[in-house]
Amino acid sequence: MEIKVGMADLNICESPDTITTLGLGSCVGVVLWDPVVKICGMAHIMLPDSTAISNNQNAAKFADTGLEELLKKLLAKGAKKERLVAKIAGGAQMFSGKSPMMRVGDRNVEAVKKKLEEFGIPLKAEDTGENYGRTVVFYPQTGEYFIRAIGKEPKSI
Amino acid sequence: MSDLTLENMSTTYYDVLKELGNIGAGNAVTALASMLQCRVDMKVPQVKVLDFKDVGTLLGGEEQEMAGVYLAVEGDITGSILFLVKKEVAMHLVKKLMGSMASDEFGEMERSALKEISNIITGSYLNALASLTNLKIYPSVPDLTVDMAGAILSVPAIEFGILGDKILLIQSQISDEIEIDGFFIMIPDMESYEKILHSLGVMP
Repeated sequence: MEIKVGMADLNICESPDTITTLGLGSCVGVVLWDPVVKICGMAHIMLPDSTAISNNQNAAKFADTGLEELLKKLLAKGAKKERLVAKIAGGAQMFSGKSPMMRVGDRNVEAVKKKLEEFGIPLKAEDTGENYGRTVVFYPQTGEYFIRAIGKEPKSI
Repeated sequence: MSDLTLENMSTTYYDVLKELGNIGAGNAVTALASMLQCRVDMKVPQVKVLDFKDVGTLLGGEEQEMAGVYLAVEGDITGSILFLVKKEVAMHLVKKLMGSMASDEFGEMERSALKEISNIITGSYLNALASLTNLKIYPSVPDLTVDMAGAILSVPAIEFGILGDKILLIQSQISDEIEIDGFFIMIPDMESYEKILHSLGVMP
């Protein structure tokens, strides 16, 4: 089964299932994976910082609260924090404007990395930035993070 | 600042937006017809407030290839505007405008033609908004991208994301030989929302 993660959403996936999020733009698709129990979690992060916004009930929307929630869910499923590794994709700049809002992809990536560092979870691979959308699929059996973009060769990180 | 959100906006406001959509689409039809030298029809536009997760479905899936034109708005109100059409529709419009000069890919010429068309369409809506509200509204130079619907939509979704978990869009269908299903997303900042409502007499 393929589990779908929507925008500003997160979910957990156990092998042999796979987990996907479609059409990532400036959002970041973060995967935390425990290679021993082959469980992973994916979050589709939209904004870097929940504390900068008053309307912040949806934890999955933000890098800080989203990763906390994802970690909590993974630990409850039997993953161990010290075994977790991370892979991230997305954070593109879809339009070339110079406003801070246009650079939110970069800020999302930075915020995710900062949170991972805080958790002590190593970042194993990333495919971030640039100016195009990405569809991603993660395979908790092998730890492969498969990335598809229009007009580009599919790749796995 | 009041705690105005998309969730608690009044039905009057949607009616206003629908009217705005109507006038805007009407202007766009006239402008497109004279630019493309053909007959263009329109249907009554729909105003939709959707959860982030449902927006992709409306547009034909998150991976649907679309052309998106984005511009910033300045003047009495500030914010941004995104106009989206499916890639095939965009190509059709470009071919109409360029005739035999157009190729099947979005090269520099095609992109520039599409920007011109989008300018006319977004300009039609902005004129409608400006004349309804008596506010001064100046659009920036448009920026074009052709990519997956979900990825393009992440831009307005993030801007709306600061306000809540929903996105507001006007769907307008105009047609010549084919249906032109255009999605128009306006993202005024919150202060501008209030200004718009105020000048329309919807809000004291």
